[in-house]
Amino acid sequence: MSHDHDHDNELDPFAARVRALETILTRKGLIDPAAIDVIVDTYETRIGPRNGAKVVAKAWSDPAYADWLRRDATAAIESLSYTGRQGEHMQAVFNTEDTHNLVVCTLCSCYPWSVLGLPPVWYKAPPYRSRAVIDPRGVLEEFGLTLPTTKKIRVWDSTAELRYLVVPMRPDGTEGWSEERLADLVSRDAMIGTALARQPA
Amino acid sequence: MSRREANGPAVDLPLGVDAAVFAEPWQAEAFAMTVALHDKGLFSWSEWAQALSAQVKKPGAAIDGHDYYEHWLAALESLLVSKGLAAKADVDAMAEAWERAAHATPHGKPILLENDPRPTR
Repeated sequence: MSHDHDHDNELDPFAARVRALETILTRKGLIDPAAIDVIVDTYETRIGPRNGAKVVAKAWSDPAYADWLRRDATAAIESLSYTGRQGEHMQAVFNTEDTHNLVVCTLCSCYPWSVLGLPPVWYKAPPYRSRAVIDPRGVLEEFGLTLPTTKKIRVWDSTAELRYLVVPMRPDGTEGWSEERLADLVSRDAMIGTALARQPA
Repeated sequence: MSRREANGPAVDLPLGVDAAVFAEPWQAEAFAMTVALHDKGLFSWSEWAQALSAQVKKPGAAIDGHDYYEHWLAALESLLVSKGLAAKADVDAMAEAWERAAHATPHGKPILLENDPRPTR
């Protein structure tokens, strides 16, 4: 809405409908406005890709943890107190010399919230959702990631029940680094598969 | 509709800086209500994904995804209707009450439903 109002307020139609739902559901005792505020705060400020970066850094540093993450990512991630709210299962997919992994949700926007927060706009937009499966190599190039043609790209389509976390390859030259320092090399996009881990400066 | 500038990039697969998690407060509230209703066991997350998918695959969805939370809200409304938790007519009437309340509220004051000059509840 671009026009200004000095004398009265206007709710945009979407805001009015959301308020209407809140009013109706609160009166029915189905939601608690205070709980709604807590959820918003959690997703805006507390949950984000730092969680996933810590999972990856631990897997890089601790072979036993990496093995657990490979076998039962749901439990391995929960052990760090990053718990999914939707009862979803997690699967960690590890990049290797031969294979690069890329995650999409062709259906809607399923995403591993507990470790990455809420998805970026492009992840939810039709071009990525439709093209990641058909032309993953082309999509990665648009992200500035050109992989050798010998490298296989495996695309994982998320669902409401199963979400994927890409474990990028650990960059060379990081031997002996602490998990904290390693985590700084792990971007959100690296855990979706549209980037690699950062190289150490 | 000019609500979309805040969501930024219009190119195919935008790079670089992302928009904030939520572009407007109502988006955050719609998101949080959905999570809260699921926590309460009123629907499964698969039911939710189906409802959302039905909206986002409708023709006319924006290429840049800026209308994502509009689809989200439509999905939530349709799920609440199908579960018998909030009838469309009730939501329509309550939304109009909120819009009347907003108009009747002096600028700078919080918008309260009590400000609706024609309460119908």
